[in-house]
Amino acid sequence: MTSLTSLTISAARGGLKKKSFSARELTDAYLAAMEKARILNAYVVETPDKARAMAEASDARLAKGEAGALEGIPLGIKDLFATKGVHTQAASHILDGFKPTYESTVTSNLWRDGAVMLGKLNMDEFAMGSSNETSYYGNVINPWRRRNSNAALVPGGSSGGSATAVAAHICAAATATDTGGSIRQPAAFTGTVGIKPTYGRCSRWGIVAFASSLDQAGPIARDVRDAAILLKSMASVDPKDTTSVDHEVPDYEAVIGKPIKGLRVGIPKEYRVDGTPPEIDALWDKGAKWLKEQGAEIVEISLPHTKYALPAYYIVAPAEASSNLARYDGVRYGLRVPGDDIVSMYENTRAAGFGREVQRRVMIGTYVLSAGYYDAYYVRAQKVRTLIKQDFDKAWDKVDVVLTPATPNPAFAPGEITDPVQMYLNDVFTVTVNMAGLPGISVPGGLSAEGLPLGLQLIGKPFDEATLFQVGHAIEEAAGKFEAPKWW
Amino acid sequence: MSVDQKTVRRIAHLARIKVAEEDVPRLEGELNSILHWIEQLNEVDVAGVEPLTSVVAMKMKKRQDVVTDGNYPQDVTRNAPAAEDEFFMVPKVVE
Repeated sequence: MTSLTSLTISAARGGLKKKSFSARELTDAYLAAMEKARILNAYVVETPDKARAMAEASDARLAKGEAGALEGIPLGIKDLFATKGVHTQAASHILDGFKPTYESTVTSNLWRDGAVMLGKLNMDEFAMGSSNETSYYGNVINPWRRRNSNAALVPGGSSGGSATAVAAHICAAATATDTGGSIRQPAAFTGTVGIKPTYGRCSRWGIVAFASSLDQAGPIARDVRDAAILLKSMASVDPKDTTSVDHEVPDYEAVIGKPIKGLRVGIPKEYRVDGTPPEIDALWDKGAKWLKEQGAEIVEISLPHTKYALPAYYIVAPAEASSNLARYDGVRYGLRVPGDDIVSMYENTRAAGFGREVQRRVMIGTYVLSAGYYDAYYVRAQKVRTLIKQDFDKAWDKVDVVLTPATPNPAFAPGEITDPVQMYLNDVFTVTVNMAGLPGISVPGGLSAEGLPLGLQLIGKPFDEATLFQVGHAIEEAAGKFEAPKWW
Repeated sequence: MSVDQKTVRRIAHLARIKVAEEDVPRLEGELNSILHWIEQLNEVDVAGVEPLTSVVAMKMKKRQDVVTDGNYPQDVTRNAPAAEDEFFMVPKVVE
């Protein structure tokens, strides 16, 4: 028998139903694998007792024939999701010791469907980062290494723990969040599948807020089908989130394998960025060729404001973050560092509790929102955002889906990128999608010359995640799956 | 636009983050490199363009103005670094 941790969600679901193994056995196999993989630093907290209790409850339901859609499936949860009574710190020191007295809507949906929680996953502090180097709990290590090299690589960010855990088979799949590329970029760096759904598809209630007009939850999984299974459970209409959209959640899995013949696939010429390695462009061409061979029509399109998405994002996101993070003041939760008076208590607490990148972004946000600069920065950025959205609105007259590279490079080494702006450029292909509120999926397309995974991104119309799963699966069929050789 | 060291200190205070004097020059450099990069937005003609307020065309959801939640002050103060009798404790603010 193959090892239980090598099973996809769909395979494990089948095995549990046939009683080939129990949910408890499946969970125990993951808990053992997690213990052996601690060098990757993917989990900030493991919850073995909770996992075993949940797995036993799943076995009871399976025995009674009352299995939910994710019954007995062991998942990792990004540290950004509030989990009742369990460490929830957004990988920040400022939330020191915080254990919520409530559960996020997304995780509630997963437990309702029978999923099992293995623990909380490492991430960039407050989801600010593209390499998982800003976590208070240390760097996450990518299970992938360059060919003939033992040097550590970053898993991408901010959902670096989620991507590493999925790629290393220390969870069946994971929750993640994406504000500028934080699901798709780490998925691309680790050979996994990650989807950021349309803004409003998953409830943001109980997810630690970074930039409220951009944040969306989504899954990272081993293949497209698993991502479809997981998103179906995560997504819901939630009265607790006023931006949750009243839109029925379709059965995403039903489109897997549906032919793509006749679909129009847009290739935006502005995504050919100077300095992009030739292997990224070559993979992109290959992706278009695969879809064409399966009967899709390739259409060149123009998204003229693409290059302005990233600088506009670095006004909007820090502005919203500076406002959202104002709540961490040493009064209601987490860390408190005393001072001479209440203001110095605030200042000392926030200086000790926030890491460098978070401080930088809060300060940028404070500056662009400050008196006299609001119109020049924030209002201008929101106008540019309108233009970015209009670019896509026009494209949808001509195409059903857009194909682009997911990232401008494969995984890099920790410490390799120290300049903040250079780090921000890692999200150049993903951030437009957040600015326009659209769904985007990253699917592994191949390996770089050095043997590292590269991803292709598909961008869809609002609430058309189904087409992303359909076309994503077509890419997966052509490209195959990629697994990191085990060294840990 | 760029920030000088005086502005860095002012922003830090507005953001309620204590910044050590020796860190001010580093922050000045980092913030300016980000702000200069952002300035390319000035190339975009935004005349007559409305700022985006919502990515999804939908009416703001409303609900009845009634109490639907609450009555668990112990839960609310459970995570506070200092709490007493279901109140948050803070340093003295009024003389």
